[in-house]
Amino acid sequence: MSATENIPRLTRMGRFLRDYPIIPLIILLICLIATLEFLRPGIVNERWIGNTIKFAIPLAMLAACQTLTMLTGGIDLSASVAATISAFVMATQVPIVGAPLAICIGLVPAILIGLVNGFGVAACRVHPLIMTLGTGLIATGCLQVYQRFVIASGSVVPEGLAWLGTGRTWGMPNALLVFVPFAVLIIWAQRRTGFGRLLYALGSNETAARISGVRSWQVYLALYALSGLIAGVAGLIYVGLIKAPSLSLVNPLLLPSVAAAVIGGTSIFGGRGGYAGTIVGALILTVLGTLLTLMQIPEGARRIFFGLIILAVTTVYIKLTDQS
Amino acid sequence: MTRLFGKHGWVIGLAALLALLFLFTRLIQPGFGASGLDSLARATLPFAFATAAMAVVVIAGGIDLSVASMMAVAGVTAAVLMDGAGTGFSVFAVVLVLGLGLVMGAINGALIVVTKVPDIVVTLAMLFVWEGTALLILNAPGGAAAPWLRNIVVGSVIFPWLPKAFVVLLICLAVVWVPLRRSKLGLSIYAIGSNELAAYRSGVAIGRTRIAAYALCGLFAAMGGLALTSATGIGEPIPGPYLMASVAAVVLGGVVLGGGRGALLGPIVAVFILRLVRMDLTLLSVDPNITTIVEGSIMVAVVMLGGILAARARS
Amino acid sequence: MTSDTPLLHASGVSKRFGAVVALKDASLTIKKGEIVALMGANGAGKSTFVKVLTGALKRDNGTVKIHGADQHIGSPGAARRAGLVPVYQEPSLIPDLDVADNLALGNTPVEPFLHWVEALGISGLRLDDMIGNLPLATLRILDLARALASEPEVLLLDEMTAALPTDLVEKVLAVVRGQADKGQAVIYISHRFTEIAEICDRATVLRDGETVGDLAIADGVEDKVVELMLGAALGAGPAVAEASARPTGVPRLDVHQLRAGTRLADVSLQLFPGEVLGVVALEGQGQDELFDAIAGMIRPDGGTMAVNGKEVRFHHPADAIAQGLTFVPGDRAEGLLMQRSVHENIALPMLARMRNWGAIKMRREASKVRDAVARMQIDIRAQGEVQRLSGGNQQKVTIGRWIATGVETLLLFDPTRGIDVRTKRQIYGLVRELADQGAAVLYYTSELAEVPAACDRAVVIFQGRVVDVIPADRADEQTLMRAAYGLTNAHEVPA
Repeated sequence: MSATENIPRLTRMGRFLRDYPIIPLIILLICLIATLEFLRPGIVNERWIGNTIKFAIPLAMLAACQTLTMLTGGIDLSASVAATISAFVMATQVPIVGAPLAICIGLVPAILIGLVNGFGVAACRVHPLIMTLGTGLIATGCLQVYQRFVIASGSVVPEGLAWLGTGRTWGMPNALLVFVPFAVLIIWAQRRTGFGRLLYALGSNETAARISGVRSWQVYLALYALSGLIAGVAGLIYVGLIKAPSLSLVNPLLLPSVAAAVIGGTSIFGGRGGYAGTIVGALILTVLGTLLTLMQIPEGARRIFFGLIILAVTTVYIKLTDQS
Repeated sequence: MTRLFGKHGWVIGLAALLALLFLFTRLIQPGFGASGLDSLARATLPFAFATAAMAVVVIAGGIDLSVASMMAVAGVTAAVLMDGAGTGFSVFAVVLVLGLGLVMGAINGALIVVTKVPDIVVTLAMLFVWEGTALLILNAPGGAAAPWLRNIVVGSVIFPWLPKAFVVLLICLAVVWVPLRRSKLGLSIYAIGSNELAAYRSGVAIGRTRIAAYALCGLFAAMGGLALTSATGIGEPIPGPYLMASVAAVVLGGVVLGGGRGALLGPIVAVFILRLVRMDLTLLSVDPNITTIVEGSIMVAVVMLGGILAARARS
Repeated sequence: MTSDTPLLHASGVSKRFGAVVALKDASLTIKKGEIVALMGANGAGKSTFVKVLTGALKRDNGTVKIHGADQHIGSPGAARRAGLVPVYQEPSLIPDLDVADNLALGNTPVEPFLHWVEALGISGLRLDDMIGNLPLATLRILDLARALASEPEVLLLDEMTAALPTDLVEKVLAVVRGQADKGQAVIYISHRFTEIAEICDRATVLRDGETVGDLAIADGVEDKVVELMLGAALGAGPAVAEASARPTGVPRLDVHQLRAGTRLADVSLQLFPGEVLGVVALEGQGQDELFDAIAGMIRPDGGTMAVNGKEVRFHHPADAIAQGLTFVPGDRAEGLLMQRSVHENIALPMLARMRNWGAIKMRREASKVRDAVARMQIDIRAQGEVQRLSGGNQQKVTIGRWIATGVETLLLFDPTRGIDVRTKRQIYGLVRELADQGAAVLYYTSELAEVPAACDRAVVIFQGRVVDVIPADRADEQTLMRAAYGLTNAHEVPA
């Protein structure tokens, strides 16, 4: 049986795009930058590149939560809240306990949110979308209550985080010091660790994984806890960048984080994709954001645009992979 | 009698719970009476419509995450159209907004049927699209509601303890739902949610029925948007917390996620329960933020319980 | 219309699914007042033919004439309007609606429906009963009553009497025969020869997607039908494997009075190390539940299982795997990560345990996978995605997964379904080799000819119970087929 011949061109192209999503993505990114340079000559310089990367990093980290959960066919809509809580709790704890301990304390609620998500998804089989939406709602309430207790002590963003968030070395943002090892770790883990492989396995076919002896609840619980932790770290870096902790700090990044993962070639149905594409996706969205601002596109149109991107990409994906 | 109880046991239980909550409210607030009922009914109105909207698609075996966003679109459209308009035109505007709701819902449904993308993904994308649409129509809270629309839900009719808002809710739901429930379309909606294969084999047009269910969802969402505008007097482009609340009320109301079960009555009773719990917490002068937490926890617990029940039903 | 014009005449009907030909040349003729049995072994194309006739599938070629006029039946609704009303094995009633609403949904008149319900022996039915609360047997009767009430030209009954108690079976047979005598045409699909002999006029036999015979029902027709269903394969089967002597000692797997779901009623069997034990059954006789229960996929409702003499209870397939019971499901789509590579599919069980979640020892894993690929002779040219492999190679991947981890007890559910002859031979050889190395293999197959080639003995299951145990040297197709249809009397049933 020769399975490789007689395939329509469209299908073959689809397979190519699916196997190497990075290549067309990078081409798209270059096209966008070229358009930008064309519209506003001289805008693309070293400083602009550094800025773009700086703003893309927290987005890419938050999109890591979406990528990992999407590999299993899930999603994490509480990631932005987890990030915000982490940042806010940390910043308000600094005056009380000092920076190092505050950072640790800040990450605790983020992991807790993840554990609750994992419990709901794994044990109660609630759809991740509903579950994470609900925990996000509760967590926002908790944050508001918490704020009233610390309102007097004020908030401080530690020097180190500010240095990471806004500082530059040789023109490149310092946040890369955290992000590059992080990205390498995730990309390595998704292929070369048992846990990473199980994410793909669960998203690809949960029954097959079950037959092979995988206890899916363990994986889901660990996954959502990890997602919470990553969101927390992303929040810390983001507050270092923005330097003003607020109760809705990271919320505007939620929708782009989902879009970045989808654009980056991770299937929202699970089983396919990876973090490398997501990083390019985050860069594309950041450049696109600049472009939309430049063209004075209103916020409403932006949201419509993001929504349609998600819908279009998934539709094309379904059409391309429809094997029947 | 026992049969009736068996069939509607869940709703009767919910109603009893609601009655107990009312008793409890009287206990902690002896002055709770007509005005309290009135404010409860008014506060519940948009939630109730959102719940009805969600209930229809869940019965049909789907889900619509864009309910709150569609409400926002309907609300701002109404507010913009009614700003400075006369009574005649404002009535026309209401009809227009209801039509808009039907169209938005039908678009959601058609996209699901045509693209074959799962409902949860399509309506997630459409959540953003409708949210953006609302922002394009009205960038910041503004516009105005026609005075008659504002007054239609204030006060009481016939008896002092029968709030107008409650009557409006019942009439709106009944006008749509009662003739529908026993009609071929209504039965088809239950059928595709209960067992799609059996429905197909019984000759039900699956695609058309699904689009109709989403269109109905849009219609109820539009009513919710109108209720919102009438309550606040302005249009608010940012969607409220209606998505989670409606899912929770639907599950608590005995509509199983996955479809086929339940009706509108249960979810409506459930939505009153959830609102009354919030009101009681406020009456007990609990911090409103803690109220939000408690409310959220109840909702998540209900959804988790619903998830376990749905998993049981499947196996 | 003269009385000679057939009511329904289908001829030359064909249907392919991708590369698989499900129907080649199926035909069927039925006149007013006739009951025709549609018969065929597993995979002969019966259910595809039924789906084409009832509009659930579109035919590729051929004609379907009703009253001599060509019909394009595009949906179940269209089939109904053309006068062809099916009663499927799973009732097509909506569980969450009550009886009255279900009738309204299909525009079924209520009075005749109630008349038929009564005639079919169901009493005390209320129109406001929820369908979901009624027992399966009642539902099947209601489905039949609903079909009768719509006064169809042709009634199609698919395994109508399965899951019915005896008294209801008699009522159903009497009503159906009575209707036929009044001029109703009926297509009757059944595995039960006694019923077919009782009510049918003719039998149309399908084999490999082709109508191969049309017989009048008379004494001794069973043997002719069995012969037609088996066709040329009869007597030309592959060489009989050297059947080892009946093993003794502690069985690797001892299943005692296992009961699960509505179909697995009471099955006991013993599987010994070094043995390949065949399981033979027609479709839906409880074999799915048997394998699922042994593999830990479902929890049995009753009975016990013991591995190496120790009683076991499984809550998850991982428990079964810990006891060395590894499962290859019948549907390859169920067992494979279709979008992932051959490598990832084979390595999956090695990562399942939490202690293997960390860094993968890539070299060790690669060598294990390579060994499995070599041993299974998997063609890895398209290894990037399992879904691009041929069916045979896909099946080898699902088996290879367990070869890589070391096989103790292998549960193979119809491993050769829809794959080419060469791969089939390889699988027989591999199964034998594994058994010779001390593994125990439980082997369900829907192809009877495989049993003597691959197994040492075969248990035959009919209606959820073991009806016969046949050693390989006596397991010719005719014997197996008769046994599978519950026509056993040649052998004593071993205890």
